Amino acid sequence: MAMLHTVNKSPFERNTLDSCISMAKSGSSILLIEDGIFGALKGTSATDKVSSAMSNVTFYVLGPDLNARGMTEEQLIDGIKVVDYEGFVDLTAEHENVQAWL
Amino acid sequence: MKYGLLINEGPYQHQAVDSAYQFAKAAIAKGHEVFRVFFYHDGVNNATDFAVPPQDDRNITENWIKLAEENNIDMVVCIAAAQRRGLLDANEAERQGKRGDNIAPGYRISGLGQLVEAGIECDRLLTFGD
Repeated sequence: MAMLHTVNKSPFERNTLDSCISMAKSGSSILLIEDGIFGALKGTSATDKVSSAMSNVTFYVLGPDLNARGMTEEQLIDGIKVVDYEGFVDLTAEHENVQAWL
Repeated sequence: MKYGLLINEGPYQHQAVDSAYQFAKAAIAKGHEVFRVFFYHDGVNNATDFAVPPQDDRNITENWIKLAEENNIDMVVCIAAAQRRGLLDANEAERQGKRGDNIAPGYRISGLGQLVEAGIECDRLLTFGD
């Protein structure tokens, strides 16, 4: 059963991304929204954890939240997909359920 | 798809309600249905009729009312969370002996059963919080 997880906090503020990665089953997806987008950036202390999780889980980042924080696609870890709100809606429909990590 | 949205944070403090609003608009634009929005915890503050944000800023309370009217969304405010925070509709204000009521038209007060029902009725229930 593929689940969509949403993480809305920076890994430098809370440990929800860590918790999410440790609980997410293989084949599920993680969408980083709001301050969660900071977990998708290259060259941070969270990068290795996210990169290694990408062998089991697909990562997405919400583009409008990325841009609202002055970040661009070029700064993302390779392989992380950018979606807009319509893409967010599609992800919720494609997965069987949605879990918000707050 | 039929969507239910749970909003746990108030306006202008957290992004939760803005994210939920953008999501609802996108879902509707794609032909999905937003069945119910449930305002819980500090999220009940989004339903205040007395907020007067600057004209060049978004009016969160009004935006939801408009979206709900146009798309037949049921907007429910948790009664226990609302009463704790001083949000009353006309009936509750009279029952509690308060001088006024401040829940905007378009929002209705009810209980957690409505959240449970949204979980049962909807294909997806999404939580937006802090």
